[in-house]
Amino acid sequence: MTPEMLSLSNSPGIFIGVMLVKILVVFMVVMLSVAYATWWERKIIGHMQTRLGPMRTGWHGLLQPFADGIKLFFKEEIIPTQATIVPFLLAPAMILVPALITVAVIPFGPDLHIGNFLIPQQITDLNVGVLYILAFAGLGIYGIVLAGWASNSKYSLLGGVRASAQMISYELAAGLTIIAVFMLSETLSLREIVALQQEPLWGICSFVPNWYVFTQPLAFGLFIITGLAEINRTPFDMPEAESELVSGFCTEYSSMKYALFFLAEYANMIVISAITATLFLGGWSAPLNWGLFNMIPGFVWLLAKVYFLMFCFMWLRATFPRVRYDQLMRMGWKVLLPLALANVVVTGLVVVVLQ
Amino acid sequence: MTTVLFYILGFIMLTATLLCITRRNPVHAVIYLVAGFFALALMFYLLGAPLAAAWQIIVYAGAIMVLFLFIIMMLGLAPQETPEGPGWRRWGPLVLLSASLMVCTVLLIMQDPAAGKEIGDFYLAPQAVGESLFGRYVLAVEMVSFQLLFATIGAYLLGRPLSKGEGQ
Repeated sequence: MTPEMLSLSNSPGIFIGVMLVKILVVFMVVMLSVAYATWWERKIIGHMQTRLGPMRTGWHGLLQPFADGIKLFFKEEIIPTQATIVPFLLAPAMILVPALITVAVIPFGPDLHIGNFLIPQQITDLNVGVLYILAFAGLGIYGIVLAGWASNSKYSLLGGVRASAQMISYELAAGLTIIAVFMLSETLSLREIVALQQEPLWGICSFVPNWYVFTQPLAFGLFIITGLAEINRTPFDMPEAESELVSGFCTEYSSMKYALFFLAEYANMIVISAITATLFLGGWSAPLNWGLFNMIPGFVWLLAKVYFLMFCFMWLRATFPRVRYDQLMRMGWKVLLPLALANVVVTGLVVVVLQ
Repeated sequence: MTTVLFYILGFIMLTATLLCITRRNPVHAVIYLVAGFFALALMFYLLGAPLAAAWQIIVYAGAIMVLFLFIIMMLGLAPQETPEGPGWRRWGPLVLLSASLMVCTVLLIMQDPAAGKEIGDFYLAPQAVGESLFGRYVLAVEMVSFQLLFATIGAYLLGRPLSKGEGQ
């Protein structure tokens, strides 16, 4: 009997159970990665600046994330009297939620064959997967803007305004760079994009997989830059530039709500890394078509790629100064957007010529 | 199931839009409008057009409304004072327009041009949208994009820095 894809129609009970397990596991992995990303970032930046980073809590400061969490949890929670209460309370969640639900379409392995069913290692496979990611990536901005507006403070408001302008400028370029990828893949489903990247490179070199980073190096670079700008990460962290805006949109926040902003920042970093890995670095597939590599399960490769990209982002933070606001805008509109457009045109021409 | 969802979404959409146009505070109004757009996107998805649903969120909720918020915050609009004059002067045109729209709708429903016909199960794949946009309707698409180009050039012309001797 040929195995069939597990779905809501052929066995609802198992389907819902499997779904819940998948969601829980993915959520736990993301949250643990977020917690340890904070420790990891402090360690990496510390060592790059010839410091040690956190050392006191546990072996080499390994318990630092928990210590931070407990500290923030027991801090007094202050709500400014002039703040608009409801958006002020909701804003941290509005940043975190879009970041977390984007993970739902990231595939983390081949289909599992259990009993008579094929179980995809992905929470859900939308046929507009890439657009789903773009849609929700654009929504996290509401949290920042509302946090800035509801705090009723000049610094927060300026942070919110900066965030919205930055988001609008870089979202366009990010969308255009992704278009070049799916001009090659001819599908919007992330599952199929990963499957296509497992084929031999350009159809000839069977040892190296056909990752889109080899075919689309420019799009890869542009996507990393625009991605960093979209999640407000250094060197584009203008909305919370502490040297000019105190702490930007989160100036008035304290206690767990401040912690939520931090969680959101790192969750966003994980999401951008996971999307970059899936679109350009072959997702969960092994870097070389080689027996030993193919035996390692897919989620290990995906996590390895995600952590590598996050390391690069932290490296950038340790080495680059923050860009000026006019530089940010000029680069977005006058450099990245035309480059992304040109990339789409060239890709289109090559695709037509090769057909 | 689908019918129930449709009515729930419709209710959310109408309520959100109604709240949007009655709020004094522009930021609140924008937030209600975003909620309405979400319901609309879900409705598109329900009708079998996932691509339109994604675009609704990306373009309207994700970009245009953020632009609205940006402008509102830049201008720092204070809530408007209540204008002078009797109420019917302000509300009269709106009520008249809405009433005529309502009459049209009722007439349309009574005529019922699609009587007995139901919208069947329908699923529009992204590929089909692309093919019809750049195949059958390519002229319309190009015309709209030219319009946008003209608008961009016009905006640039109005907003460019004045050179010496101009605009005095």
